[in-house]
Amino acid sequence: MIALLLRDLKLSVRAGGGALIGVLFFMTVVAVIPFGVGPDLNLLSRIGPAIVWIGALLSALLGLDRLFQTDRDDGSLDLLLMQEHPLVLTVFVKCVAHWLGNGLPLVIASPLLGLFMNMSEVAIGATMLTLLVGTPALTFIGAVGAAVAVALPRGGLLVSILVLPLAIPVLIFGVSVSYAAVEDPAPFMPPFLILLAITMFFAVLGPLGAALALRSASD
Amino acid sequence: MSDSIAITKISELANPTRFLALAGRVLPWLAGVTAALFMIGLYLSFTTEGDYQQGATVRIMYIHVPAAWLSMMCYTVMALSAIGTLVWRHPLADVSHKAAAPLGAAFTFVALATGSLWGKPMWGTWWVWDARLTSVFVLFLMYLGLIALNRAMDDPSKAARVSAVLILVGFVNIPIIKFSVDWWNTLHQPASVIRMGGPTLDKEFLWPLLIMALAFTLLFFTLHIIAIRNEIWRRRVAAQRRLAARLASREA
Amino acid sequence: MNHTFYIAMSYGITAVTVLCLIAWTWLDGRARRRELAGLEASGIRRRSAKPTEVSQ
Repeated sequence: MIALLLRDLKLSVRAGGGALIGVLFFMTVVAVIPFGVGPDLNLLSRIGPAIVWIGALLSALLGLDRLFQTDRDDGSLDLLLMQEHPLVLTVFVKCVAHWLGNGLPLVIASPLLGLFMNMSEVAIGATMLTLLVGTPALTFIGAVGAAVAVALPRGGLLVSILVLPLAIPVLIFGVSVSYAAVEDPAPFMPPFLILLAITMFFAVLGPLGAALALRSASD
Repeated sequence: MSDSIAITKISELANPTRFLALAGRVLPWLAGVTAALFMIGLYLSFTTEGDYQQGATVRIMYIHVPAAWLSMMCYTVMALSAIGTLVWRHPLADVSHKAAAPLGAAFTFVALATGSLWGKPMWGTWWVWDARLTSVFVLFLMYLGLIALNRAMDDPSKAARVSAVLILVGFVNIPIIKFSVDWWNTLHQPASVIRMGGPTLDKEFLWPLLIMALAFTLLFFTLHIIAIRNEIWRRRVAAQRRLAARLASREA
Repeated sequence: MNHTFYIAMSYGITAVTVLCLIAWTWLDGRARRRELAGLEASGIRRRSAKPTEVSQ
């Protein structure tokens, strides 16, 4: 399992700079927003956490189709399906590796973008923390979509369409926790704990669904 | 209750041929009862008096509420069929949830459109990012995604299994969406809690609403059975074409 | 009243959607049935019509 983790991690770092492209896309999306809404710093600092979250969501989706597609292309997916470890565990490890390769760089890049958005230090910290907790959930949800799309000839866009509605709760709670840290009356802990609960919930459900879809897609 | 009827129906009819025979016998009755109920329901909904607060717009409720109810019931039926696909490998369950998706999307669209038309005179706006509206909209998106997925795959049985997984994940997710959107909405605009469903129901409104709901439910089942039958036929046509092609290539 | 417009619109949209659904299922069913009938007919004809084709 650890070997699989390391292998996937190496692949995601080496193969065409996957993580780098994700971060670049994230930064581009966030950088485009001020051109759309205008360079009003007050407005930007108000909508900053939401924009950083949406950027992270989109760039997390961008890398998703690579989660199982490359394995399918070079045939190692069949090997993974055949081995005696439970498939759910394999999928879980792959998700963790994918998150380390694609999600974590986004979390690390987010403070810089927070600065661009004129967010306060507290808001930057809160956004980073929520991204740290919330992006694994995006990966786990996305794993289902990626597993579904493995059977498709060109699944990339379809994955995004299928996964985005499911990712809405994560987005809502991620953004509301970030706002709760800045605005005083709103409590911080309850939404944060709910976000954590959603992540853990999907850490179970995502690999289960993905394993089921992979099994049925590759008969 | 109608769901449990659907389960027994689907589990009894393992054999598509037997289903086709029964569908042929049941359909005229079902269609007739649906049409009769619609006539009674429409008559009642236009003859009963309007609400003193909402005026005549309360009549929109008689189609809005049944459509919204159907949009959720249809997803439940699809989820049950998805369980049938994944657990029992039921051939009819595959067909059932594939055939239900366009119907669900259509009824969700009706619910959204009539809700929007009801919201304009009542709230003064076409659309509110209210908890209920948002989660129904997400449901609509999920129906469309499922239709797109079914369209994108060539092998029908593989498509059925894969979309069954997605239906079930979505089914688990729907309460979360509802709950999270509720939470999010109360955080942002605690003052204006908009209540759907109108005033506490009077007998005056209850009867037309119940009859219309029943009529819509029967309409759904009628259309669903027809759609299942069409899908079975479509698969038979495909199978026979393959057979014909094989025969032709053998002869050649 | 102005309300009548909204009511008429919502009933109209519902009617159009439901009629589209009914038409879709019905036409689809008819097309499939015709295809099946056509296949059946052609299947029979292929065997029976073979001699005539050969003889031509």
